[in-house]
Amino acid sequence: MRLVVDLNKCQGYAQCAFLAPDVFAMHGEESLVYNPHAPEEQRERLARAVAACPVQAITADGLDDSRDGGEASDAR
Amino acid sequence: MPADHVDWLRREGRIVIVGASLAGLRAAETLRAEGFTGELTLIGDEPYEPYDRPPLSKSVLLGMASPRHTELPHRREIDAKWRLGVPATGLDLTAKRVRLADGDEVEYDRLLIATGVRARPWPKEDEARLDGVCLLRTRDDAADLYQRLKAGPRRVFIIGAGFAGSEVASACREMGLPVTVAERAGAPLVGALGGVIGAVAADLQTENGVDLRTRVTVTGLEGDSAGRVRAVHLSDESSVEADVVVVSLGSVRNTDWLTGSGLGAGPRGIACDAGCRAFDFRGIVTDDVFVAGDVARSPHALFGYQFLSLEHWGNAVSQAQTAAHNMICHGADRRPHLWMPAFWSSMFGVNIKSVGVPPMGDQIMITQGSLAERRFVGVYGHQGRMVAAVTFDNTRWLEFYQRQIERGAPFPVEFPTVDRRPEGRQPVDADFPDPSLPTHGPMVTLSGYSPADQQLLFHPARH
Repeated sequence: MRLVVDLNKCQGYAQCAFLAPDVFAMHGEESLVYNPHAPEEQRERLARAVAACPVQAITADGLDDSRDGGEASDAR
Repeated sequence: MPADHVDWLRREGRIVIVGASLAGLRAAETLRAEGFTGELTLIGDEPYEPYDRPPLSKSVLLGMASPRHTELPHRREIDAKWRLGVPATGLDLTAKRVRLADGDEVEYDRLLIATGVRARPWPKEDEARLDGVCLLRTRDDAADLYQRLKAGPRRVFIIGAGFAGSEVASACREMGLPVTVAERAGAPLVGALGGVIGAVAADLQTENGVDLRTRVTVTGLEGDSAGRVRAVHLSDESSVEADVVVVSLGSVRNTDWLTGSGLGAGPRGIACDAGCRAFDFRGIVTDDVFVAGDVARSPHALFGYQFLSLEHWGNAVSQAQTAAHNMICHGADRRPHLWMPAFWSSMFGVNIKSVGVPPMGDQIMITQGSLAERRFVGVYGHQGRMVAAVTFDNTRWLEFYQRQIERGAPFPVEFPTVDRRPEGRQPVDADFPDPSLPTHGPMVTLSGYSPADQQLLFHPARH
């Protein structure tokens, strides 16, 4: 699953790093680093992280949700 | 433009987007989201679908992500024809055709140019070809650099201490690699943030074990008999042995393919109006050619209508959305691109973020926190107005400052702030380098009103 974090929006609340620690990690006090290509087994954790982000900075595709970013990717 | 033409365009027109990265993708999504049902073509010079670049110098080099898997999620289906791995080589404005490197031509009714920038190469070609001399812009660059760093070089040498160079230095130190950084200016990040903040960035580097050399230029790269780089020679007559050299001298706008097209395109990008319509070389706005992202240069009402070129992730997204909207709506419904410039970086575990246009400021005040603790908010002022703010590990305050900039809040800052220190009571010179002197390419280029004003920013070292 692909994801991108709008790091202009991100304020380092670290909710994603708690909920999906294999995808998101804090680097120092408030920098976020993440894997933009989350493995399939992280689907549920990723969905929780996307939903929990207080500033809604995470866009992921392949997740079943109605928010912006919830659409499936079109194959090229 | 008659209304029926716009209706026809929305229904069955042909839109071509040159540039298949962040701006191109987000523009395509916006076109479809706003009801464009015609033919959509995306042309990209790299053979990959749109991928995200910021992770390449951060999570990829930290080993947390693969350079081959930073593809951007799509916000919706875009039903486009993709022409990937084929650069555009020319534009015929009269016939409304884009020429491709494979000889093909693609016709359009409306065109969006989002060709971005490329890494500025080391100017001496024979030295640039040495094995171990790297750039970092594309995913192929990142894959190559990561492999070389993983192999455990004796020393990495980074030419240029802008954001990209500093991020690479940070990753090298995390990998435990010895690293030397050479910077022409007096400190890292000075082009983007000025010397007051640059001094903090310099301390950050040296405390983390970077061998930082400032006020020097690289005069030459030396190879061994097998064609591998082995040493770097500096303007202070010293030399440093290194087997990986990262050239981080800013970027070059991808406008070469537009030479002779009649568009107002050059080394400073493509000038456009606030509605993203490109100017031709005479300074007359075109009707069917739009620009977005790093390659665009457009006037910003909040900053004295200066033409801003912003190599910022958020600008690419926002300008692409505005351009796409304006491409398929009636004149009265057009929107100006009024995005507040903003960027982020992280290095040595410190989160650096900014809003506004710091290089426009001539003074700075530290309104919260302290430089010594590397946790602060700095506010830049120009002619009595707040024009930008920067935070080091203090991002949650940034939105407040953004609102102040939008309102044209006075400078020096009058409002009381949490965690104000004595050092932050008076503004000081922000200490930006003289723009007429050569330095590394700053993140923001301020220039005059004329699209024909084409001035190269880079001056290779003298010998």
